[in-house]
Amino acid sequence: MSTFPLTSSQTVGPFFSPALLREDARRNVLIQPETAGERMRIEGRVLDGDGVPVPDALVEIWQANAHGRYHHPADAGPAALDLSFLGSGRSGTAEDGSYWFETVKPGPVAFDGERLQAPHICVTVFARGLLNHLVTRLYFEDEPANALDPVLQCVPEDRRATLLARRESGDEMVVYRFDIVLQGAGETAFFNV
Amino acid sequence: MNQITIGDIVRGDREVFPPYLYEAYQSTRRRAPALPLIDVPLTLSELTGPGPAISAITPADADLTRNAGTGGEAIGQRIIVTGRVLDDRGNPVPNTLLEIWQANAAGRYLHKRDQWPGPLDPNFLGMGRCLTNAEGVYRFLTIRPGAYPWLNHPNAWRPAHIHFSVFGPSMLSRLVTQMYFPDDPLHALDPIMNAVPTQAARQRLIAAYDHTMTEPEWALGYRWDIVVRGSDATPFESPASGEAKS
Repeated sequence: MSTFPLTSSQTVGPFFSPALLREDARRNVLIQPETAGERMRIEGRVLDGDGVPVPDALVEIWQANAHGRYHHPADAGPAALDLSFLGSGRSGTAEDGSYWFETVKPGPVAFDGERLQAPHICVTVFARGLLNHLVTRLYFEDEPANALDPVLQCVPEDRRATLLARRESGDEMVVYRFDIVLQGAGETAFFNV
Repeated sequence: MNQITIGDIVRGDREVFPPYLYEAYQSTRRRAPALPLIDVPLTLSELTGPGPAISAITPADADLTRNAGTGGEAIGQRIIVTGRVLDDRGNPVPNTLLEIWQANAAGRYLHKRDQWPGPLDPNFLGMGRCLTNAEGVYRFLTIRPGAYPWLNHPNAWRPAHIHFSVFGPSMLSRLVTQMYFPDDPLHALDPIMNAVPTQAARQRLIAAYDHTMTEPEWALGYRWDIVVRGSDATPFESPASGEAKS
């Protein structure tokens, strides 16, 4: 099928922040005042195989809007677009390995002609020492639809908890905590995507 | 590089993509996942992606020789880096955002974590971005980066390179990689480049000098094409729903 061989991946290295986190390239806040949906803050840390915070990681997220529609030409609906919400986020990590986003809870999107997927956020991680990026998903621990989600069902049962963000009460909005463990105890389930 | 332990966890094509664990590159040792990656069906979530929306709102900034805003020009060999972004069927990837970053001509990054005693250039930020045009063509004007030392192993030097970040149309096409320059003796000594598993795939990371792109009395031309995964895969459908539709 692939007549044109793919370009390989290389690490993002330690020096990406001036380019990829410049003021109009980082996107911690995905919402605008008029954005529809339940506001939430996503917070977490990126940790290495020794449990040490990774201070030079880049976390990108991609999600549907509150109605369950991606801001993308391949999603033809029927859920409504929200022109104030692109669904794309990008955060660096601080010295303590922490990253954050302010967003809305995504609505459910189609899996196939019959089934929906549970609300989820696609998460991509880049860092020095990662020769390829890592791909995973954030699900919400208090979401009943998780039990039937066809992608989550592919994850071995004893690893599913690594994809469930934990609900906490926050000052201004609910916080979902989602640590990303690159290696070792509690290693996040990453996808071959 | 003495002993090289190479992990067996790879995302995607093993002929193309490096393993996560490649011990000669020391930073992989505590950051590479140890458990197998999980095969999952491709859904609308993966067959969409932030590329189109982000590309539509991001202004270009493709002249790295002058974008420091000082009015001065960066020191170094002025070069044009151009090429096409294609998918794996050879279709151009139009209107997509490329972000690049690089060391200056002396091999120094403008970054607080880069503290080796190479000189900084006040007229060079080392970052730029542009969109591909309707034919998938991108073009940057910059200066040739220098090699620089790092602490991976004794007397370790990275070959000259430019970092590229590419979105493309979907989550599948997202790529961060590095472009190298031809005929660099440091290639064979670099564990990051050599983590790419095959000679053919390593060769595809090296730009070609292209005299037809060189502009007289101005800048040397380099050509480098980027091939990303296409998004023409179809979303998962259960056999039952497929029959129902047909």
